[in-house]
Amino acid sequence: MPSFVFYLLALLCMSSAIYMVFQRQPLSAAFALVLCFLGLAGLYAMLMAPLLAILQVLVYAGAIMALIVFVVMLLNVQDTDLPTEPKLKRSVALALLASVPLGALMYRVFLKLPGEAKDAAILQNQSFGGIEAVGKHLFTQYTFPFEVISLMLTVAVVGVVVLAKRRI
Amino acid sequence: MIPTTHFLFVSVVLFCVGLAGFVARRNLFIIFMSIELMLNAANLSFVALSRHLGNLDGQVFAFLVIALAAAEAAVGLAIVILIFKNANEAQQRDALSIDQYSSLGH
Repeated sequence: MPSFVFYLLALLCMSSAIYMVFQRQPLSAAFALVLCFLGLAGLYAMLMAPLLAILQVLVYAGAIMALIVFVVMLLNVQDTDLPTEPKLKRSVALALLASVPLGALMYRVFLKLPGEAKDAAILQNQSFGGIEAVGKHLFTQYTFPFEVISLMLTVAVVGVVVLAKRRI
Repeated sequence: MIPTTHFLFVSVVLFCVGLAGFVARRNLFIIFMSIELMLNAANLSFVALSRHLGNLDGQVFAFLVIALAAAEAAVGLAIVILIFKNANEAQQRDALSIDQYSSLGH
């Protein structure tokens, strides 16, 4: 049963990602990417990361993709605005083919996994990946990166305001 | 339990698809979305190895990467809006093409 769910989610992710790169219209690509992110959230849930699964849906699929869709519709993108991109399918297919050796190399590196796989029962006992465990880890071991990320978000907001102003 | 290598395979495929989209497409929005796809592939790799090693470090890192991607999306889309406005004022076609800003090559 878990195997079937994994194959379904993995197929959903990979097929919607491949569909996305072949699209000419940005909105179709955005919706395909939302589907991919939802599949990824399911994969995170299978990997005992429930907090990250929820965050993926809320932040990635729900905020970032909504922002992209919002911008596409705000700019009222017409067909004349899109680049002509002749032989789109052929160039993307060629790029996919060219990335296969790179992917094979990456996968071979990944096959040499470090350490032993932890048993699912052991992980389940400690509520691994739950909000309490990740929160505690984030605020004790990773306090400094957390503060730096907060600073970076502030910088990003300031940057967007500066970019959007008429007169600085 | 699904072996970790299965998840890493999905991560590798997603990364390669994102890379192919980034390299082969001229449309600014599609390029941007390919970047997000690559970031998500790396996130999946982080979370899969976090479960493999029984360590929460990978999940915390994936959390920080999500926050980073949100900030990058905001700034990147602000830039795309400015590019579009610029091209529209100059009455250009193909406002969303990256070719007008590509200094490499022709």
